Amino acid sequence: MIHWRDLMQPHRIVLMLLFAALVLWCAISLRWDWIPQYAPLALEGLWRTVWILVVTTVLGFMLAIPLGLAQAVGPWYLSIPARTFCTVIRGTPLLLQIWLLYYGLGSLFPQIPWIRSSELWPYLRQAWPYAVLALTLSYAGYEGEIMRGAFASVNKGQLEAASAFGMPRLTRFRRIWLPQAIRNVLPTLGGETILQLKATPLVATITVVEIYAVSSRVRSDTFIVYEPLLLLAISYMSIAGLITLAFRQIEKRVPR
Amino acid sequence: MATLHPAASEVDSRQPQDAAIQVRDLHKSFGHLEVLKGVSLTAQKGDVVAIIGGSGSGKSTFLRCINFLETPSSGQIIVGGEQIEMRPDGTPRNRRQIERIRTRLGMVFQAFNLWTHRTLLENVIEVPVHVLKIPRADAIARAMTLLERVGLADKADTFPSFLSGGQQQRAAIARALAVDPSVMLFDEPTSALDPELVGEVLTVIRTLAAEGRTMLLVTHEMKFAKEVATHVIYLFEGRIEEQGPPDTLFGNPQSARLKQFLQTVG
Repeated sequence: MIHWRDLMQPHRIVLMLLFAALVLWCAISLRWDWIPQYAPLALEGLWRTVWILVVTTVLGFMLAIPLGLAQAVGPWYLSIPARTFCTVIRGTPLLLQIWLLYYGLGSLFPQIPWIRSSELWPYLRQAWPYAVLALTLSYAGYEGEIMRGAFASVNKGQLEAASAFGMPRLTRFRRIWLPQAIRNVLPTLGGETILQLKATPLVATITVVEIYAVSSRVRSDTFIVYEPLLLLAISYMSIAGLITLAFRQIEKRVPR
Repeated sequence: MATLHPAASEVDSRQPQDAAIQVRDLHKSFGHLEVLKGVSLTAQKGDVVAIIGGSGSGKSTFLRCINFLETPSSGQIIVGGEQIEMRPDGTPRNRRQIERIRTRLGMVFQAFNLWTHRTLLENVIEVPVHVLKIPRADAIARAMTLLERVGLADKADTFPSFLSGGQQQRAAIARALAVDPSVMLFDEPTSALDPELVGEVLTVIRTLAAEGRTMLLVTHEMKFAKEVATHVIYLFEGRIEEQGPPDTLFGNPQSARLKQFLQTVG
């Protein structure tokens, strides 16, 4: 915790004043008159960034659990495909994965009649399902590798105690093994989620209008370059800060 | 075949059918290494059987075979009259039976093995609520009584890592008691503790012995074994070298190996 007294030191006061001056200068001498016009679109984009982040990390993590488990303790016919998946995902650029799914699958689907006539077609014609799929698989690939280590590193004695008291295997997994594995990787997971946040602008390349796409729109419409980017940076930093705070709270609740 | 001392081959006159635990001719090998070479034991209700022996004598393995944390190679294990069904290679035939029998055996480990992501109270109610399906409120009431008993009621909401080894082990005993086990299995419960913390754990175990709980106790604390045990077994290289009531075994050991062992640890 930062105390008031710690802040009230000469060098800190000078730094804070400099920062305040910088903010003031930005507010006065940069152009912000475009904001009212673009604010609704920006909020929409911000919301899209946030939900894409939340949905893909949650889905990706759910996928990472079986991926990690298969690699840590699975038989070869599960562990080899899981390891291959993680290696391929981690070994190729995310941008490439997004494009392969969108331009590859996205152009394959219209040629298949039963997909065109299916209930899902209205969604599959849009870009966001491919964005969500690509980001989910990417997160799953990275987290699958992390969960492998997490499952393997849970103290054997903890699992043995569960067995010794007659816990069925599924209960033992749900109550002891999984929570301990997740707790062990919480700090890593927070960092990975921030990396995922910073990967979301890539989906702008396949026409998903999230917050980065909005800032590009402002630039191309108004030829104002730095101000939207400045605001964009602040948006990402705020979200990253919230993620850090959230994970810190969770970590505090369950000590190691 | 090594010659057994007369004390070891003594016929057990107690009735086997109402035994809390009966083990017959238990063998266990790790690869080519035979750790247990035919160990038998009968514990009646209320018995406190202390199992002593040097490092590598197989005493911990023996205890862990009883609840199948280690799979025996051959032999018979009968808990409360129910024989555990084993395949010829020793693996359990029926996982559910093992799980059911395990809920009647409260195990206390050398390294405590409390679940570190749960508070003491959560540790104690975990098995009653999630395995035995006892209503949560009842489980909590009982858990608080047990924590009170081991002197940790005020630490109910603390995580294990904030506690001393002695406190953790007392909590682990409360956790084992929470399933109201027909037999308690203690696997060197004080070996991982600092010397000044051993006493508080032994005090708890002593009260359990006094109230007539059936216990199997693998221990290095000879004085304690002598004090609480009703029966002592000395294992040497996977065989029972000598057994008997504590006064006889400690006061008048027959086997040369036991004499030497007692001199070394005493």
